[in-house]
Amino acid sequence: MAEIRVENLRKQFGDFAAVEDSTFTVQDGEFLALLGPSGCGKTTTLRMIAGLELPTSGKILLDGEDVTFNRASARDIAFVFQLFALYPHMNVRKNIGFPLLSQGVPKAEIKKRVEETARLLQIGHILDRSVSGLAGGDRQRVALGRAIVRRPKCFLMDEPLGTLDAEFREVMVHELRELHNRIHATTVYVTHDQHEAMAMADKIAVMNHGIIEQYGTPQEIYARPASMYVADFIGSPPMNFLRFHSGLENGSTSVTVGEVPVRVPQVHVVREPGELALGVRPEHVRFSEAAPLRGAIYGSEYLGTNQIVSVETAQGVLKARVPADRDFAIGENVGLELDSEKLSLFDCASGKAVPSSLYAEARHG
Amino acid sequence: MSNATSAHSVVEPSATTKRIAGIIVVVYAIVTMVPLAWIFMTSFKSPPDSISYPPKLVFTPTLEGYCNLFTTRTRQTAEYIESLGPPQSTCDEITRSRNMVIAGPSNYWPRFTNSMVIAFGSTFLAVFLGTLAAYGFSRFRVPLADDLLFFILSTRMMPPIAVAIPIYLMYRELGLSDTALGMILLYTAVNVSLAVWLLKGFMDEIPREYEEAAMIDGYTRLQAFRKVVLPQATTGIAATAIFCLIFAWNEYAFAVLLTSGSAQTAPPFIPTIIGEGGMDWPAVAAGTTIFLVPILVFTILLRKQLLRGITFGAVRK
Repeated sequence: MAEIRVENLRKQFGDFAAVEDSTFTVQDGEFLALLGPSGCGKTTTLRMIAGLELPTSGKILLDGEDVTFNRASARDIAFVFQLFALYPHMNVRKNIGFPLLSQGVPKAEIKKRVEETARLLQIGHILDRSVSGLAGGDRQRVALGRAIVRRPKCFLMDEPLGTLDAEFREVMVHELRELHNRIHATTVYVTHDQHEAMAMADKIAVMNHGIIEQYGTPQEIYARPASMYVADFIGSPPMNFLRFHSGLENGSTSVTVGEVPVRVPQVHVVREPGELALGVRPEHVRFSEAAPLRGAIYGSEYLGTNQIVSVETAQGVLKARVPADRDFAIGENVGLELDSEKLSLFDCASGKAVPSSLYAEARHG
Repeated sequence: MSNATSAHSVVEPSATTKRIAGIIVVVYAIVTMVPLAWIFMTSFKSPPDSISYPPKLVFTPTLEGYCNLFTTRTRQTAEYIESLGPPQSTCDEITRSRNMVIAGPSNYWPRFTNSMVIAFGSTFLAVFLGTLAAYGFSRFRVPLADDLLFFILSTRMMPPIAVAIPIYLMYRELGLSDTALGMILLYTAVNVSLAVWLLKGFMDEIPREYEEAAMIDGYTRLQAFRKVVLPQATTGIAATAIFCLIFAWNEYAFAVLLTSGSAQTAPPFIPTIIGEGGMDWPAVAAGTTIFLVPILVFTILLRKQLLRGITFGAVRK
């Protein structure tokens, strides 16, 4: 197992920069999810780590060794493809054993290790079947088997659950995390699905337009989004933004949204007056008759234990996650109380979060 | 019914439709097979039967055509033939009944062997080069790839025979006239463009993830090509090989022009089989019948791949 370090990695396809100056480290045994919409450069990053694409500039280090220009075959990395790429002319046993064959492992040893791997993934009963007849989940397990059989330095997975149906995906998310807990392999997992990333990863890198917008634990990314993009991409429904025009003073603990003062975590910078956005997670909103921030009920979505209520305010529509025990009439005027320690402020021009005591927690642990 | 089996139509054709389609196919097959049956029958007729009018459907079969195909004969007096010992073989007997004796073997076998060497040699070369080129065009960013592919295709835009004279002159200068090597090179040149284009289509259909997976699994690109891509491409390679072989096997015009002796192929040789008093039609028919065998065997052997090749894309995935 190994540590993966990516330094200033950049990939240019003609005029299009697929990946721009990415730097991050995946610790030994860590599970990193590269999360972002399609076309954001996450797969390109993964393919560069694998050696399937050469970077335009930057470095890739495996356990400190520079492998940027090494062949894929010389990197000792396993890759699980989105469509699995099981060799159709070989049966399950041969597929799993194929990586060992290239290393000149003796036949008896291959047989032993393939069977061990199959036992780990509970696919022992299909070893002699052809891969073309397998169901999605079994194909997935065979692809995993082919990846783990050789005990590589790390695993790279490119949306491996993308083609499975929703119900089965849940099962596989669980299985993958279990597998990771058992073998502790350094893993980089590409996905566009925030639930997969949140459920499995130790660290998440949120990518957009070739840039890593934020790198951190799922908790950090959810509670302290570094940009409006991250805040909007993570969470369902995503973070609400109440836009307003104001300046900021160092040390202030309150902002004026419209005409209403709202308490916020202590601001750590000075800002000239400009467009700002107050970021509020739906679960950090409560209805309170006395609250000065007002809005009109716009609609609601019943979700069982709770409901998502949309409220139209002077600063835009805000969605609140509240208990399902109360009915709201459309058009009803309600007061909104916000959980002041959990609020984020964003500079609308740059999209970046404004440093505050909430964000300082991240740096100090 | 699964999607895989109904890729072409959503509605299963009715029994009547199927029956009509079946009748059309059978009638068409009979019509196209009449000339072949005719040739086959003629090869077993005696020379007088072969030119009788109306053509005889019922006749006494004889191997005379085959005997004449493989031998050269000379006319002798009855006394001389009497003086010989008992006939050595069926052919000997048939020949003597026509007041002739076998003088020696004909040139058919050497010409047939030339055809085999040249057709299979050029097919192998064209498919080999075509496979590598197609893989390259399919997988790598080749500078000016589209222009190169168009250039390769453009070599087929006129009938090859249009350049017969320059090729004839060049071959004479290079000493390639009437050599097996010359013919192999010529047929390869004609076929390679077909091979590149056909195979590129097949290669494009093979997901590159297969060889990427193999390269990550510790194989070099060449090993990945051999162990993963080639097995996937067998269908396309087989289909391409058949097309190339059929062209090289049947080619007549260049063979007439460029070969006359030691490298002559069967097609220009067969029409030159002349018997006493005109064409020896049963021998010509016998030569043609035997000539059909290799291509028939090859096609039957690769039938499965060929069928899958033709329906490629429809049944895959």
